Amino acid sequence: MIKEFRLPDLGEGLTESEILNWRVGVGDTVTLNQVIAEVETAKAVVELPSPFAGVIKELHEQPGTVVEVGKPIVSFEVADDAGQAASGPANLSAGAGEPAQLVGQGVADAPKREPNLVGYGAVVESTSRPARRQRNLPGGRPAETNAAQAAPPVAGPAETKPAAKPAETTTERPRSTPPVRKLARDLGVDLAEVHGTGPRGLITREDVQEFLHPLAAPAGTEPADPGQTVPGSRQDASVRETRTPIKGVRKFTAAAMVQSAFTAPHATEFLTVDVTPAMELLAKLRDSREFAGVKLTPLTLAAKAVLIALRRSPALNSRWDGENQEIVAYNYVNLGIAAATPRGLTVPNIKDADGLSLVQLAEALAALAETARAGRTAPGDLSGGTISITNIGVFGIDAGTPILNPGEAAILALGAVRRTPWEYRGEIALRQVMTLSLSFDHRLVDGEQGSRFLADVGAILADPGMVLTMV
Amino acid sequence: MSIDETGQGGTAAPNSARHPHGQGRDLVQLVTPSGERVSHPEFDYWVRDITDEQLCSLFEDMTVIRRIDVEATALQRQGELALWPPLLGQEAAQIGSGRALRLDDFVFSSYRENGVAYCRGVDLTDIVRVWRGNASSGWDPYAINMATPQIIIGAQTLHATGYAMGIQNDGADSVAVTYFGDGATSEGDVNEAMVFAASFQVPVVFFCTNNHWAISEPVRLQSHIQLADRAAGFGIPSLRVDGNDVLAVMAATRVALDRARRGGGPTFIEAVSYRMGPHTTADDPTRYRDANELEDWAAKDPISRIAALLERKGLLTDGLQQQVKDKADAVARGMRTGCTTMPDPEPLDVFKHVYSTPNSWLDRQQDHYARYLASFGDPAGAVSEEGAR
Repeated sequence: MIKEFRLPDLGEGLTESEILNWRVGVGDTVTLNQVIAEVETAKAVVELPSPFAGVIKELHEQPGTVVEVGKPIVSFEVADDAGQAASGPANLSAGAGEPAQLVGQGVADAPKREPNLVGYGAVVESTSRPARRQRNLPGGRPAETNAAQAAPPVAGPAETKPAAKPAETTTERPRSTPPVRKLARDLGVDLAEVHGTGPRGLITREDVQEFLHPLAAPAGTEPADPGQTVPGSRQDASVRETRTPIKGVRKFTAAAMVQSAFTAPHATEFLTVDVTPAMELLAKLRDSREFAGVKLTPLTLAAKAVLIALRRSPALNSRWDGENQEIVAYNYVNLGIAAATPRGLTVPNIKDADGLSLVQLAEALAALAETARAGRTAPGDLSGGTISITNIGVFGIDAGTPILNPGEAAILALGAVRRTPWEYRGEIALRQVMTLSLSFDHRLVDGEQGSRFLADVGAILADPGMVLTMV
Repeated sequence: MSIDETGQGGTAAPNSARHPHGQGRDLVQLVTPSGERVSHPEFDYWVRDITDEQLCSLFEDMTVIRRIDVEATALQRQGELALWPPLLGQEAAQIGSGRALRLDDFVFSSYRENGVAYCRGVDLTDIVRVWRGNASSGWDPYAINMATPQIIIGAQTLHATGYAMGIQNDGADSVAVTYFGDGATSEGDVNEAMVFAASFQVPVVFFCTNNHWAISEPVRLQSHIQLADRAAGFGIPSLRVDGNDVLAVMAATRVALDRARRGGGPTFIEAVSYRMGPHTTADDPTRYRDANELEDWAAKDPISRIAALLERKGLLTDGLQQQVKDKADAVARGMRTGCTTMPDPEPLDVFKHVYSTPNSWLDRQQDHYARYLASFGDPAGAVSEEGAR
């Protein structure tokens, strides 16, 4: 008969090992405990003794391969009972077949009892067991990176503290009891989709069965395919909550935020400045003939200030190319502006914004906002941004920690302009004050560069004349 | 390569104990690494009764436990055991001392004294039960007067001292023997145990197997004096013995046991040996120690040494060797079969072997757990239970 030998956990809690070499070949006759291979784990190089006496039938893995614990690595042709007694002690008893099964416990035989060897089945992914662990990633992992970049959603107006978003979804699993969890698992029900009617939202057995009722699957029947379970649409639950499938912009936003938040180390700095001079300048410009009919807002000036400050701090206009291990410095600026649209957050960008005059910039901003709100932004305008601004001030918010648009090095959040008691020429005066929040990718931008950039933007808004010192 | 006859460790060995304070003393040795029986004015007396036949049986025991060790290591590599702490190189220390004990003595050991357990007559399947993860403890300690192996480094020395205080209260003449390693001497537990043992002058033997390595920590980093000399600070007499010389170990153990039985209090024995294998199957000693050191110690292998002694005496016949090999193979085969056919534990087994007398609190937990388990098989019952919440 054929016996398989599965790679055991050779240390305490290892999940994989590399086959260094085989000491035997197909067709070789081996004895019990004869060394058949050399294997390297994270802890040591060890020799593997044969668990059977017999003939090597097949070597499943080549030298140099890293093999997951529990995967078959070699098959033996083992003599039936008669020959076994002579060949090895392991085969004396009825338990001759046991070893291979034990090795794979918790990996291949997942639905059986939990592994009872220390370290077994520790962190092996791709088992059928921990359905509950996979729930942590909203909208799936950014395997859809490309798609996410094609329509880059970014930390936007409503998301003052977007960092909390992904965290929220990864916290507690739905409240239930182990037997009910098992029932749900057997029936292929995702408890996250089940509304609990027990005390404090506890999901009871009835809840699970009621959830499944349309499918008429009583407890104990064949497990249904999880993919077939229909979300939502239970009468009494729908009264208390509304369920919306995660898709479209929300899905992209989520994926992009997760990708950005957990790949780029974010650092955020805040600067509160007296922007009264900038507001006075705005008022002056609005009255001027050149700007007649052009929408001018603090965002316009802030955008211009960003473009000017970037010339002195080009590191904030760059990209981390992990794939090629390169830093890409842009010699142009595609300025992204987070926009709240009926479909959700989008970040269209103004191409080559660094080459625009203030009037052109103001016009471009106005057009961009209008197009975005109408939901007509062209896909090309949603990709290729190099740095972004999010104007949370329009919601009356002062500061926050914006999350970077994936692939960009910096994002600036503009707070509300408030009349605030402020030190002015040695006295307290009511001044128009605004807080700037700058998040940057700390892989690309050091505190010095980030601080200098933010200080420059602040200096321009506090005293537009300072531009003269920067250009 | 030069073999140093004193067995103190090769000169090339970076880990040989050095003694800057001049406290070093000679090892007690009765058989040299080349198998020559040397006389010792004091210790010859303690092994004067050892016949040729007994020498052969010591050789057999040492060979058998090495075979057990090899088989268990193989079982671990084959996925049958989660872990195994090899004793390779320490056979003389374990057999020499284990064979000196009386049935009514009580052993408190670390996890590496599987050779001592073999001397105590432990069922071979019970040796691997814990390492397979099938039970939290391998055997009934009172059946063989040996506690199950202690994993916490050095904690067993406290148990031994406490047990010895009990022996003293009973007025018996049995002895508690505790085994631990060089690393354990740096633990608070061991020091506390020695303080108490000395204070109460209880019948306990502290048997320290100095295998030179506390996992990757060499003994010289832990102690600037010989470990045996540490005992003096507690007022405990000590012996420093060649741990790879089964006769010397037996003699030293008998000296200590005799003192304890006659009310002389504790003794500390440092058996100087070497852990020739890894700390456990999850360890790779080549990462931290010099191959030359292992080579030096391989030349002082305890089994080769007694084999050489038997050869000089003309006792190492083909018949003996075959007989010992057959015995070792049979023992290994028995252990393998016991291991691979061991039934998985039942969930409720977790409540067994906790209290020797009924315990209402535990009974309640067991009852709850039983009903919880039943809820998997009987959905209706679980529903009603759910409703009761």
